[in-house]
Amino acid sequence: MTAASDKRAAQWVLALPTRFPAPTAWLVSMGVALSLLALFLVSVGVLFAQGPGVWGNNIPVGWGFPIINYVWWLGIGHAGTLISAMLLLLGQDWRNTLNRFAEAMTLFAVTCAGLYPILHLGRPWRFYWMAPYVSTMGVWPQFRSPLTWDFFAVLTYLIVSTLFWYIGIIPDLAAARDRATRRRWQVLFGLGALGWRGQASHWQRWQQAYRLTAAIAVPLVVSVHSEISLLFAAGPIPGWASTVFPPYFVLGAAFSGFAVVSMLTVWLRWMLGLHALVTPRHLDMLGRLTLATGLMTAYGYVAEVFAAAWAGRHEMATLTARVTGPYAWSWWGAVLLNFVPLQLLWSQRARTRPLVLLLVGACATVGMWLERFMLVVTSLHHDWLASSAHRYVPTFWDWSLFAGTIGLFLTLFLLFVRLLPVISAFEVREEAVEGGGD
Amino acid sequence: MTDPARHEPFALLAEFDDPERLVAAAHALKEQGWARLDAFTPFPVKGLDEALGFADDRVAKATFVGGVVGAVTAFAMQAGLSLDYPLWTGGRPLIAVPSFLMITFELTVLGAVLAGIGTLLVTSRLPRFNHPAFDAERLDLSRDDRYFLAILAGPTFDRDEAGKALAALNPRSITQVPKEPGA
Repeated sequence: MTAASDKRAAQWVLALPTRFPAPTAWLVSMGVALSLLALFLVSVGVLFAQGPGVWGNNIPVGWGFPIINYVWWLGIGHAGTLISAMLLLLGQDWRNTLNRFAEAMTLFAVTCAGLYPILHLGRPWRFYWMAPYVSTMGVWPQFRSPLTWDFFAVLTYLIVSTLFWYIGIIPDLAAARDRATRRRWQVLFGLGALGWRGQASHWQRWQQAYRLTAAIAVPLVVSVHSEISLLFAAGPIPGWASTVFPPYFVLGAAFSGFAVVSMLTVWLRWMLGLHALVTPRHLDMLGRLTLATGLMTAYGYVAEVFAAAWAGRHEMATLTARVTGPYAWSWWGAVLLNFVPLQLLWSQRARTRPLVLLLVGACATVGMWLERFMLVVTSLHHDWLASSAHRYVPTFWDWSLFAGTIGLFLTLFLLFVRLLPVISAFEVREEAVEGGGD
Repeated sequence: MTDPARHEPFALLAEFDDPERLVAAAHALKEQGWARLDAFTPFPVKGLDEALGFADDRVAKATFVGGVVGAVTAFAMQAGLSLDYPLWTGGRPLIAVPSFLMITFELTVLGAVLAGIGTLLVTSRLPRFNHPAFDAERLDLSRDDRYFLAILAGPTFDRDEAGKALAALNPRSITQVPKEPGA
């Protein structure tokens, strides 16, 4: 692509909200999203009225869907930060077309993730008990518990990824403000832009802040998902207590996230006609990232099997139960959906086909959900005491709340697509002018 | 004719249509001894900071300090509160350093990022919804594909001299930005 067409594309992106190109496709998608959001509200209402007993959670499977979906959503979120921050630091300019909406995906996925532990509490209005605050009860959190680490990790992650996304969008909001002709757009963009005027002295500090935040965000992602894995690995449960868990979780998270970014990219490219900006090269790169992180996740599976075989006894019994037990479908489903379609991505022709990327992404997204189901349920449902063996079957309200969080995610994402510049126009322009040798 | 005392300028702008010419122009003015230079650009232009002599590292310093404050706060909080309300579990020590490092890391990150971005906003005097630059003609093009070099008006600002210096750079246009809108 030429630098001149990149510049035109950047202007076109800024005009997207005010002259939206796909009102029908957007309305149809929003209709689906809002229906699911309504289901979310009903499910939460039922949960609050009747308590977590409406779910399939039992003893010993106390975690069930809330933790499965929490880990799943949070994992998806991490890819947005990685695409944006890691590739920025590595000087991979092609990220400029993907980072804005990938980071938006992060924010909304983390929102869905964060809701789950709160809803899981049973008394969600007391979630603030997790925070160390001065109270007449005189108690403090248990700082040696992974649950407390998690509270700080997710809160920090939500704040940092919101700020990173926001300072990244400020220059585009300023540009959109100056282009807008309607008062309501001028006010919306103007308030968001905080009075940004592209002054060189501001840019200098902005660049420091943006790059430093990016540099900090990468280890933050690693720490957050490592901590999630410690919810499992820090205890003595067979199938969980393994040192491979932190890297295995981080890579699995990145894998599921890149799969979802690929799906969103293909969808937005089609819906908004972003073909000039999201080129086959971007699809190719997303395919490679998905393939690479997928193979690393596969290594995690191998390491897990190896660790179980090496440890023997209870670990081996858990592994056997996973592969042949009542939940074998979740183990085999995860292995097949995660790693078999993935092999298509070795071919560049397949990677640059939007439909292939979409389907492989969808398989991996489902596969990674099955993996979390397998990890949570198989290790819990059958202990070595007769009293702690109980089948876990998710109920209608489990499924409805899960579908509802997808609705929440889609609603937020579609609002973002409709109201804000979905692609970082100023970075595309920068790349066109400075990288393209104008 | 306008009365110069009533219509004080905020700045005088020279418009360029590519970033390299802007950087060259900034270099030239800096060498002529102009202080109070700034620019308005659609993206951070490479080499412009050096040309204008910007070396503000307060954001970086604040990020570091914020990180240290976050780390110390986090560790002190965990150690102090564990002593205040002892939870003896599994025969492990109350001040369990490895267990405390997770939250210490998270709050280091949080402190660093909040301090860095906070300093960006404070030192740039943002948010600010009213600024002379918003009333300048053509300056909105600096969000698009034009690059403006600015000589900001100070106590010893000489409009004619600044105008001459900018004209010598052969810009597309020269605009005066008034301090008060409509002046």
